[in-house]
Amino acid sequence: MLCDNCKERDAVIHLTQVEHDTKVTLHLCESCARAKGVETGATLLKSPLGSFLSAMGKGGSSVLPVPSDGLRCGVCGSTLRDFRESGRLGCAACYLAFEDHLRDLLRRLHGSSQHVGQRYRPPAAGGGDADPRSHLLELRDQLRRAIESENFELAADLRDRIRVLE
Amino acid sequence: MIDLTLLPDGGLGWLDASGPSAAVVLSTRIRLARNVEGFPFSQRARDPDRLGLLTRVLDAAAAMPRFGQMVTYRLDELERVERQLLHERHLVSKELAALDRESRPRPGVAVLVNGPVGVMVNEEDHLRLQGMASGFALEAAYASLQALESELGKLLPFAFHPEFGYLTSCPTNAGTGLRASVLIHLPGLVLTKEIGKVLQGLTQVGLTFRGLYGEGSEVVGNFFQLSNQTTLGKSEAELLDHLGKIVRQVIEYEMQARDVLFKTAAATVEDKVWRAYGLLRYARSLTFDEAMNLLSGVRLGVGLNLVPGLSVYTLNKLLIHTQPAHLAAEGERPIGDPEILTLRASYVRRLLAAEAS
Repeated sequence: MLCDNCKERDAVIHLTQVEHDTKVTLHLCESCARAKGVETGATLLKSPLGSFLSAMGKGGSSVLPVPSDGLRCGVCGSTLRDFRESGRLGCAACYLAFEDHLRDLLRRLHGSSQHVGQRYRPPAAGGGDADPRSHLLELRDQLRRAIESENFELAADLRDRIRVLE
Repeated sequence: MIDLTLLPDGGLGWLDASGPSAAVVLSTRIRLARNVEGFPFSQRARDPDRLGLLTRVLDAAAAMPRFGQMVTYRLDELERVERQLLHERHLVSKELAALDRESRPRPGVAVLVNGPVGVMVNEEDHLRLQGMASGFALEAAYASLQALESELGKLLPFAFHPEFGYLTSCPTNAGTGLRASVLIHLPGLVLTKEIGKVLQGLTQVGLTFRGLYGEGSEVVGNFFQLSNQTTLGKSEAELLDHLGKIVRQVIEYEMQARDVLFKTAAATVEDKVWRAYGLLRYARSLTFDEAMNLLSGVRLGVGLNLVPGLSVYTLNKLLIHTQPAHLAAEGERPIGDPEILTLRASYVRRLLAAEAS
């Protein structure tokens, strides 16, 4: 959720006020909350998304760095901590490196982590269609990971797609 | 100086008021966020990465038969006033134009334009594809955009994950990468003080609102940009359909509010409209905010058929051409020049006088 005031940063402070017998809930980011004089205590944290991430990962209480902060993307070298501080990922492979964390975050942000829109197949290097066998292997790998992470909805979807290809 | 004549319509085709509900809805724009495999996202990109990406995109654009030669503007080669001009035409985001204080665009930052579609390169995501249409026309805006996206996607490998969809620099855009927004004029709801309820309602149904220039901008002249908040877990069609339904409802509320205003306070409304018109027609100096607010009043008057002979297209033109960089470029003056206020008033007088004669 974005801050009601600046519409730029993620809201981390949810302030309920009563104005003229009407309850108004304001969702503010850290800096707008501070500008409005709201004492948050969240100023200890480096970024709004960071506090959001660490709070959700640890039952909403701990703001201390969690051990998984050290997770590092093998492609671009970004760490999970980098992401928590900037709110931006370093490259496409970060989605695989931090998959479990991102799945949780995406569910919080969008209400779902499962893309149901347009499917995409990248153009194959060399111009022809991608080898269907490599595609099948990739799907099987994804299925294995889906089962491991108990994402059964995705697993069922992958299983169906694998059957079609087989 | 930037050559906007390269664009047949100056990049302003969406302004011509030819679309549905054009008196209330100025324009519809949809953007798709895409990243290209093999390049770090903007957060980690260095200058050679950005330049390499731009080369790939330009090669791809040149190879796309349906889009012909897209006109390319390298923002890193433009002066501030030129970048602001592109931003005022809604062709590039504020971020891409690097308009904050003394910031300069990084090497490789560019925009490609072809009629109603454009591609921003090296924005927060590698590519921000956008489609624009006049009035309230989600389908029209999406159709041209989708054609562009599909052709580009055949030439450039987009970052895609079977579960998370299109991968974006910020997870708030992942999935479809789609943000559709409708620029809507809501003076009736503002004057009847119903706007707060409507905007609050929007956030409850997964939509969000912004000002005239998108993210982080202020609401001026009673113009609001309504758009979808989430991008994942719903298909492109569902996202557009949902936004469309809600916007139709908002238009209906706005019309009801105008009805109520006119039935209960016709004389006051009429007075407000004509005072706004009078000031615009005769003022010798206008700030941008003042012009926007007066134009809002006159636009309401046109919607209520109170001002005969004034077209919505003229009002749209006034909206764009009275912005600071447009006047500065036209009058060959720096953006902050106090003379701009005079130039603005004289431009408005000229257009209104031509329309009235």
